Amino acid sequence: MFSLVAFIPRAVQQGIPLLFGSTGETITEKSGNLNLGIPGVMYVGAICGVIGAFFYEQSVPSGDLNGFLAVFIPLLCSLAGSFLMGLLYCYLTVSLRSNQNVTGLAMTTFGIGFGNFFGGSLIKLAGADVPSISLSQTSAYFSKTLPMASTTGWFGKIFLSYGFLAYVAIIISLIAAFVLKKTRTGLHLRAVGEDPATADAAGINVTKYKYIATCLGCMIAGLGGLYYVMDYACGVWSNDAFGDRGWLAIALVIFTIWKTDVGIFSSILFGGLYILYLYLPSGTHTEYKELYKMIPYVVTLVVLVITSMHNKRENQPPHSLGTNYFREER
Amino acid sequence: MPMKNKEPRFYISKRADADRRTAWTIRIIAIVISLIVCGIVTMICTGDNPISIFATIFKGAFGTQRKAWITLQYVAVLLIISLALTPAFKMQFWNVGGEGQVLMGGLSAAACMITLENKLPNAVVILLMIVTSLLAGAIWGVIPAIFKALWNTNETLSTLMMNYIATQLVAFFTIVWEVPKGSGKIGIINQNSNIGWLPNIGNKYLLSILVAIIVTAGMYVYLKYTKQGYEISVVGESLNTARYVGIMVEKVIVRTMILSGALCGLAGLLLVGGINHTITTTITNGQGFTAVMVSWLAKFHPIGMIFTSLLIIFMDRGASEISTAFELNQSFADILTGIILFFIIGCEFFIRYEVRFRKDSGKENA
Amino acid sequence: MNNNEIAVSLRNITKTFVGTVLANNNVNLDIKKGEILSLLGENGSGKTTLMNMLSGIYHPDAGQIIINGKEVTINSPRDAFALGIGMVHQHFKLIDIFNATENIVLGLDGKLNLADAEKKIKAICDKYGFEINTNKKIYDMSVSEKQTVEIVKVLFRGAEILILDEPTAVLTPQETEHLFQVMRNMKEDGKSIVIITHKLNEIQSISDRVAVLRQGEFIGDMKTSDSTIKEMTDMMVGHAVSLNIDRPEPVDPQPRIKVENLTVLDEEGVVKLDNVSFTANRGEILGIAGISGCGQKELLRAIAGLEIVKEGKITYIHRDGRTEELLGMSPREISELGVKLSFVPEDRLGMGLVGNMNIADNMMLRSYRKGSSRFFTDKKTPRDLAEKVVDQLQVATPNLDTPVRQLSGGNVQKVLVGREIASEPRVLLTAYAVRGLDINSSYQIYDLINQQKALGAAVIFVGEDLDVLVELCDRILVLCEGRVTGIVDGRTTDKYTLGSMMTQKGEA
Repeated sequence: MFSLVAFIPRAVQQGIPLLFGSTGETITEKSGNLNLGIPGVMYVGAICGVIGAFFYEQSVPSGDLNGFLAVFIPLLCSLAGSFLMGLLYCYLTVSLRSNQNVTGLAMTTFGIGFGNFFGGSLIKLAGADVPSISLSQTSAYFSKTLPMASTTGWFGKIFLSYGFLAYVAIIISLIAAFVLKKTRTGLHLRAVGEDPATADAAGINVTKYKYIATCLGCMIAGLGGLYYVMDYACGVWSNDAFGDRGWLAIALVIFTIWKTDVGIFSSILFGGLYILYLYLPSGTHTEYKELYKMIPYVVTLVVLVITSMHNKRENQPPHSLGTNYFREER
Repeated sequence: MPMKNKEPRFYISKRADADRRTAWTIRIIAIVISLIVCGIVTMICTGDNPISIFATIFKGAFGTQRKAWITLQYVAVLLIISLALTPAFKMQFWNVGGEGQVLMGGLSAAACMITLENKLPNAVVILLMIVTSLLAGAIWGVIPAIFKALWNTNETLSTLMMNYIATQLVAFFTIVWEVPKGSGKIGIINQNSNIGWLPNIGNKYLLSILVAIIVTAGMYVYLKYTKQGYEISVVGESLNTARYVGIMVEKVIVRTMILSGALCGLAGLLLVGGINHTITTTITNGQGFTAVMVSWLAKFHPIGMIFTSLLIIFMDRGASEISTAFELNQSFADILTGIILFFIIGCEFFIRYEVRFRKDSGKENA
Repeated sequence: MNNNEIAVSLRNITKTFVGTVLANNNVNLDIKKGEILSLLGENGSGKTTLMNMLSGIYHPDAGQIIINGKEVTINSPRDAFALGIGMVHQHFKLIDIFNATENIVLGLDGKLNLADAEKKIKAICDKYGFEINTNKKIYDMSVSEKQTVEIVKVLFRGAEILILDEPTAVLTPQETEHLFQVMRNMKEDGKSIVIITHKLNEIQSISDRVAVLRQGEFIGDMKTSDSTIKEMTDMMVGHAVSLNIDRPEPVDPQPRIKVENLTVLDEEGVVKLDNVSFTANRGEILGIAGISGCGQKELLRAIAGLEIVKEGKITYIHRDGRTEELLGMSPREISELGVKLSFVPEDRLGMGLVGNMNIADNMMLRSYRKGSSRFFTDKKTPRDLAEKVVDQLQVATPNLDTPVRQLSGGNVQKVLVGREIASEPRVLLTAYAVRGLDINSSYQIYDLINQQKALGAAVIFVGEDLDVLVELCDRILVLCEGRVTGIVDGRTTDKYTLGSMMTQKGEA
């Protein structure tokens, strides 16, 4: 039978990687960069965390893991990996003024390949003596729920039963929404994405804003990959398991009309839609499950078309999205 | 690299006249550097020496006659998709929906094969496959174009979404038609009757290659010598000029995307009817995206695309060979492809702009 | 007010742009504290360039800027603000989706406090008499509201010296009057204001002093109260120069294009053409004179089928007396009617030509639909035409395959004009056909236009140089703020008459 108390936590777990990804991409897009490399970045964020955890687990005898290090090392590796991806994207599109679509797609090719390659070959490369990458010890620290989760009944299940990264995701998206809406940095960032020439004329360093926003966005998105593998997948890496969630995160950005706080509920909604097929009565007709999985994309497309029809200016993509800015050389 | 202001260490100026020779010299240098980097990365991962690495890569792509044929067949399919996307890109319409358009073409072909077996003669089935797959691809391409023409909907995002809708449609029909029930796979369609299998010409690889050659020549002529091709160039270069000479921009967008989608559908037809004789959600293998890069790297020039698609497939197949030889993961190819792409993407800057350094500065970024 | 204290002093300022003439040559100008100074000059006389150097957009090649007695270097708009200089450009630099307050504080440092900023804005508005709705988004604003935001933005940054670049060009008379009131209030407060303009009546009503630039040089300055409009016009246009441009007598001039009661609004609903009527004859050159932005562009675009027209009629009269209504037709439909209409637009590389295409392919823009095949383009005819144009007009180009953007301005224009006259047009529209061209190229263009006139085309020539208009055109129509202030005979008029018609809104 369908149980909401069982459904919501699963939807949330599905939604958190999307939330990380879409928050990161929203921040990036607000600077005018359409980073189609996010799916790749999320793979890199995941695998870098895995590599960090793997070597840490290998280097200390089992059972002697330090809880802080077990979390800190993968986290740092993940952030560093996705930061480098962001830097690469910025160097190519901002400094070298390359086409954003092409650069992004190349990053996705590279990133997914990077993730799958090291996921599949790490053991051999490291010469380790384990059958598969299964970081259950480290993962336990990531997926540790809040203290009262099991004793507070449905409340605990719905609100407290997640690893810390889930709460980090929500906090980050709230902070991002606040920064974008209420602070000078946010105002300037939005100006850069909207009309870089005007921002430049107002004395805002467009290049700096684009670099920082994009790199930060990538780091946040990378955490989505880390959450997926360390918490949701219990530290077990399997190739392509992350699937198309990166693209779904980009869809989510459109769905939330570039608002990260809306992303919290939308990502859980998308997460729910992603697994809805498990709950919907389809009897023996399992094929309809596949149609249900289509819903997030169809809804996103509809939102995209409707916002462009209505032409309400606030709901449009940042005006300079996808185009590079450089001062007219005269 | 964040630039520190005050005293810039280098000046950037637009090259007045980037002639073809300079451009190609820079591109070739970039490719050579990228191959060296690929070699170094491979060395680190395998411990092998560089010469044997490149020998292995070459062996992987052209080692045996069969391998060479498969490589060429892969090139052919990638080339067709790249050519399909090209007219759209030339008019600055970012069709990243190649995946979906190819899938829809393939799905239609598969649908004809499955539902019409034993009902119609083979020739009629094949004819219907051709018509429906071109049509399906065209429909998938024209939907975002209509959105763009009517409401200026961002086409990068809309074509992207259309990909996943197509993927799920294929997933849906995969289960509808799965053989045996519960396997989640369609398997080889019409294994015994071979209804709807595109005919072999010479050997089973040649058909795609011939089609690719025809499409390449056709696209070259279309873009360069036809009125429609000319309109596409004008729309892509300047909307103002297009309107000034009375070109209906919206009509050109829609018409071009019908063509672009239909050619993607053709690639789907070849994948399903000619090569794999089955359909899966991953049958395109990301080539709809790779094609974006192939087309862009060739500066939307059909002949150039032969080389860029060959380069990509060559590295892909070669890297696969390395992965097999050293028991590494197959995704190694994607890493090498990525590295090459980054270098070629980056080098365009040095074609368009001239970087002059101040005397005291020596560092340079490739 | 201590009217003699000098706020800004420009000394021997010189600025050259690559590939063009001197934009400013050795200009000396003082701006006094608490005065409104008008900077007067024709288009291209270097007014805006000079002020851009004060506001940090450009850096002078030579000369000094002295502010409050100290020599300064201004490298960016930020530097200018720090020195108390703020400029309101003709093209507003505002973020559309932000409201007024957000735009006003954009680019400043420190913690964002919109409530405080709003209070400060309110205070500024009350002090000087602005009306501003701080929560209104820019895209909802009228041009005048946007301008107010720009001015408040400058004041918010503490500017003591304000530069307004043609602020009234986009305003209605009522809005202009309000702006002037605000300017007087600011002057009372001790601010110095420079207003760039070429509207003489406005200069008289608002400014204390007027300084005149002509062709990049400082001509002189005088107290507004001591000068007449005639004196100012003379200083602005200079002595009549004889250019010796050919003007053959029109052969058999008959009406070709009849424009009646044409009214055009722009996207924002501002009237660009107001009830314009005139007739252009075959075998004649009809000049259009006017300050830039007075509707010339819209007039040509409307005739060419590129403008959405609110009301009016544009009638084409065939030689045999048949007529065609052109209004509401697209350029393609017009040409399908058999009306040979050519248009040399102002924006050569952005509209008339495709910069990245070679000369032959650019020739094809007009002719590509023709040819024997329905599907294929005829490459040969345009190539032959390209060869002919290059040959006859002496276009300097390495070869026919060179992208036209790599050609010099004069050669680009020859390619464009060459293509447009190749179809033997019955109507030839040209906008600023010789702008930026050297003397030789200019004369070549005049000759080509005269040829078309001799062949019986009706030429409509929008120009900015009054000397040229007076010597080239048979009749001259003067536009002022979208209205026709008169149509005069080119042979009997002089540039002073034109100058005064351009600056005074007529009753016609």
